[in-house]
Amino acid sequence: MNYEIVIGLETHVELDTQSKIFCSCGGHSSPKEPNDCVCPACSGMPGMLPVMNKHVVELAVTAGLMLNCEISRYTTFDKKNYYYPDLPCAYQITQLNHPICTNGCVSLQTSQGNRDIRIKQIHMEEDAGKLVHEGKHSYVDFNRTSVPLIEIVTQPDFHSAEEVLLYLNKLKSMFRSGGISECEEGAMRCDVNISVRPEGSEEFGVRTEIKNMSSFDAIERAIRYESQRHMDALEFGTEELVQETRRFDDVSGKTFAMRNKETEADYRYFPDANIMPIIIDDEWLEQIKATKPVAVDEKADAYREAGISEKEIEMLIHNNKLSKLLDDVIALGCGAKDAATWILTDCAGVLRKDGKSLSNLSINAEKLAAIIKLVDSGSINRNAGKKILIAVVEKDVDPVTYCKENGLDRKVDASAIESIIDKVINENPRALEDYKNGKEKAKQALFGACMKELKGAGNPAVIKELLESKLNNA
Amino acid sequence: MKYYTTQISEKGNIAIDDTILVKDVPTTAGSRILEGFKPLFSAEAVTRLENKGYGISGKTNVGEFGLDLCGEFSYYSEKEAELYGAAAQLVADGDVHGALGVDMNGSPRRAAALSKVCFLKPTYGTVSRYGIVSCAASGEQLGVYAKNVNAVSEIMAVIAGHDEKDGTSLKNESYDYATDAPVSGKSVCIVKELLEKADEETRAKIVAFAEKLRAQGVKVDEISVDFFDIANTAWQILMTAETCNNVSRYDGVKYGFRAKEYRNIDELYINTRTEGFNFLTKAVILYGSDVLSKNRYDDCYGKSLKVRRVISEKFKELTEKYDAVLTPVCSKTAYEAYDIHEAFEKVFKESVFTAVANLIGTPALVSGGVQLLGKHFGESTLLSLAGAVERMGE
Ligand SMILES: [Zn+2]
Repeated sequence: MNYEIVIGLETHVELDTQSKIFCSCGGHSSPKEPNDCVCPACSGMPGMLPVMNKHVVELAVTAGLMLNCEISRYTTFDKKNYYYPDLPCAYQITQLNHPICTNGCVSLQTSQGNRDIRIKQIHMEEDAGKLVHEGKHSYVDFNRTSVPLIEIVTQPDFHSAEEVLLYLNKLKSMFRSGGISECEEGAMRCDVNISVRPEGSEEFGVRTEIKNMSSFDAIERAIRYESQRHMDALEFGTEELVQETRRFDDVSGKTFAMRNKETEADYRYFPDANIMPIIIDDEWLEQIKATKPVAVDEKADAYREAGISEKEIEMLIHNNKLSKLLDDVIALGCGAKDAATWILTDCAGVLRKDGKSLSNLSINAEKLAAIIKLVDSGSINRNAGKKILIAVVEKDVDPVTYCKENGLDRKVDASAIESIIDKVINENPRALEDYKNGKEKAKQALFGACMKELKGAGNPAVIKELLESKLNNA
Repeated sequence: MKYYTTQISEKGNIAIDDTILVKDVPTTAGSRILEGFKPLFSAEAVTRLENKGYGISGKTNVGEFGLDLCGEFSYYSEKEAELYGAAAQLVADGDVHGALGVDMNGSPRRAAALSKVCFLKPTYGTVSRYGIVSCAASGEQLGVYAKNVNAVSEIMAVIAGHDEKDGTSLKNESYDYATDAPVSGKSVCIVKELLEKADEETRAKIVAFAEKLRAQGVKVDEISVDFFDIANTAWQILMTAETCNNVSRYDGVKYGFRAKEYRNIDELYINTRTEGFNFLTKAVILYGSDVLSKNRYDDCYGKSLKVRRVISEKFKELTEKYDAVLTPVCSKTAYEAYDIHEAFEKVFKESVFTAVANLIGTPALVSGGVQLLGKHFGESTLLSLAGAVERMGE
């Protein structure tokens, strides 16, 4: 029987903020020694109250915009209760009732075509600390407590490990380009919900959850192992599947059930009265939109519509500088597809000659647009355009002036072309004879001779057409 | 009688309840669980007082986390239950000019009434809660004990106003605490249902207070109001739930008391909390844990939040008709010593007079053994009414 794998993801991402979510201690990248980055608030001492870090809200909203979410205008925090020594208050501040973003969508280009993954919600929360076990003792390190996280929860819309990895890589590059998170090792952690059902079935199979994986490799292996385990159980009755939480063991490559005690807790969620509801009004939302890059998917769709290739889109949307250059050149009246080629192929070629890459590119959008227009209007050919481009990139010359001074733009009107064609035909009676006897090659030779006379000026298509009619009438 | 858990300065003129932090001075909240804990900073209200030249006399003994009637169940009390509140008695004796206390479930108000001093529980959000041993964040409020309304007003003016370290602190920099606004023509109501819950002596106090108000040209009506019981139930649910959550950080891992005997982390938690909390706190934890549990939440906690909104509206209507509500603070003029196993129920019953102000964040002033309830930011009206009576003398 064929089976379908159904996967939903919960992804925790550490945000790159200057300070923690509710106190002024430095954010995730600052601490060096254990408990270096700790204050009475994030170590759970009485008397301290959480004070909301606005930047966390802004980054969470940006993430929501990138994932095409609805942004909540009213968002609140809740407390999640559980005892563990790395959780200094014995509760985690998170969002249950009014998460910051809901109902998003991200589309993936998989080997099977486009697939839309629905985002259920994004919520903000604080991280917990870390336990270090040495011999008979355990030590607590609170550096990471209250580091801001967002958790992105998808609907069960994935059907393979490939799709999950595509999604995670997409999140990673989006969050990097949006300044949300560098997504360094361990800063992105996943819980994977997985079930398997016979193909065509509407009902979901028994669901298991694999907790807390941070390497993409582990996630991939865990999905492959766990889905196979489910399929074996369904196909061969190797075991009875139960809804449970499991952990992935990196060494054996297998998943193991976690103790029930850890998973069946009642977290007794309730609203956190210390944090007033956050209102995101139009003004604030517009401010966030203005200072952050446009939702990446929106931009990609626009490029796709303009005929830009997937490969080029990939290069553009994760590089704000290049996409801004392209947008500017388009705004100056150049065709999107053509402009993308000029930037990603021609400019890249010029830089490569000097051992540089596109990241070194600094070209004025107006100058690039001027070159493209010279070529488009037919007043120079593409090769001449490339010559100008080199001069612009290397010496920042003015393209139009450079073109004139180097005779690249020699305006050739139709009568001038005609007289040159006549001259070439007259000087090559043999070729004319050959052509009349059906030798196509002779035409090519004559065309080459014309082009040589014209020194690269003139529109080749026009020249070709004129030459042909002259030959046929000669 | 042990007034202070830690004495700071004999020259100090302000006493601080031990539920409020003073930098480097042990803070216990009356509980063994915080034994040896020394805070790294002072409460905002304490800092403001010190900056204005007030001196702190010491930390006054309180019942564990302020959960009891008025200070009878402190781990640090020496012999018998203390039924008048340490800070209130220091004020009554003239040892200090005033004192700060945290009103979470009426404890300082009851202490003030029994000790015949004033206590103002101000509007929620007007005084920073930064640096108090927080239990019920949504309704607790730092307030002032003093011998008369003028002293209350003077101290309030120092400690009130916006503090960015408290996310629930309102933006205003100052509030009106005038004690001499004209009272003639004002109206006050007495709630029949509450009067019936008090003994004869207490009722006589209310009647006497009302007569004095009338003599000042205040109109006093006795009316029927039906929501005080339900307000009390709702607040006990919210208060126990929030307290259960807030004291869960006291687990023996980081600071304060830790049990001597344990073999693993679970035993460390269980033994520390079993030995560290008194019976009343444990009852509150169990009750609060229950009302937050998944299958009880909607019927208890969720419903109480709705009740809070409804009562907030109803109280607003009432205070649009009347400038203040005159009520008892305690059911009697003195409590007898009792067993801690009865405490949860006893406190619940007595809180019917005090809970509404905690539930909806309105001000409450205790003066002359009675209580005046008012609308949000209506402190000056309450202080002026009580002031008018105060100035008439016995
Ligand atoms: Zn901190």
